[in-house]
Amino acid sequence: MITFAFYLFAVLITGLFLVTVMSKNVLYAMTSLAAGMVLISGLFFILGADFLGVVQLIVYVGAVMAVYAFAMMFFDLSRDVEERHDKPWLIFLLGGGIALTLVVMFAAPIMGEAVHAIYPPVAGATNPQAVGLVLFTKYLLPFEVASVMLLVAMIAGIILAGKKMEISLSAMDEDILPDTKENA
Amino acid sequence: MITLNHYLILSGLLFAIGLVGVVRRKNLLMLFFATEIMLNAANLAFAATSSYYHDLTGQMFAFFIIAVAASEVAVGLGLLILLYKKYGSINLDDFTIMKG
Repeated sequence: MITFAFYLFAVLITGLFLVTVMSKNVLYAMTSLAAGMVLISGLFFILGADFLGVVQLIVYVGAVMAVYAFAMMFFDLSRDVEERHDKPWLIFLLGGGIALTLVVMFAAPIMGEAVHAIYPPVAGATNPQAVGLVLFTKYLLPFEVASVMLLVAMIAGIILAGKKMEISLSAMDEDILPDTKENA
Repeated sequence: MITLNHYLILSGLLFAIGLVGVVRRKNLLMLFFATEIMLNAANLAFAATSSYYHDLTGQMFAFFIIAVAASEVAVGLGLLILLYKKYGSINLDDFTIMKG
C-alpha cells in the first residue's frame, strides 16, 4: 500500500512540476505548483513526518501560494510568457548535469555509511512532540534567528511593496504611463 | 519496499526539473516558481533521510528551509513589484541596462 502511494505521489508530483516549468500560462503554472506541494506533504505523511507535512500545507500551500496569487494581481500576466528558445538541449543537459552532481555530492556520506543519528526521536512521543523537544532544546538559537529573519522579511515586504502605493498602475491611461516611469 | 534511494532519486529528479526551469525561464515570477520546486525537492530529501535514519535533524533543517522560503517570497515579491513599477515588465531581458 505504501509502495503504491509512493509511486502514485511520485508520478503526480513529477508531472505537476513539469507543467509548472513548461507551461506558458502563469495561472496554470501556479495552480500545478500548489497541487504538487499538497502531494509533497502527502509524501511527508508517509515518511512519518506529520508536523512537517502540516507545516508544508499551511506555510507553502496556504501562505506562499496566497502571496503569489496576490502578487499576480500587480502584473499583467494575461498574455503568454516568453521563453528562451536558443539551444533547448543545452538547458536540459545543464539542469540535469548540475542536479546529478548535487545528488552525488549529498549521497556520498550515505554511500560511505558515515551518517549517524544525533537526535533520535524520543521513545513514546508522537512526531510533533519529538519535533518540539528537539526544536526547543537543541535548535533553540536557530529557531530564534529564523523568527527574527521572518520579522525582517515581513518589514521588508511591507516597505518594498508599499512604496508609491498611491499611484495605481492599472487605473492609469497608456499615454501617462511612460511619464511616471521616468519619475519612478 | 520503498527504500531511501527511491526518495533520493525522486528528490534529485524534482531538483533537476527546478533547475531546468531556472535556466529556461525569462519571466521572473516563473523563475520564483522554479526555485520553490528546488526548495521542495531539498525538503523531501531531508525528510526522507530523517525518517530512514531515525534522526530528527533532517526535519529541523526542512523547517528552517520553509522559513527561509517564506521570507524569500516576501522580500522577492516586494522587489518584483518595485521592478514592475519601474520598468513596466517582469521579463528578465527588459532589465538589461548595460548595452555592449
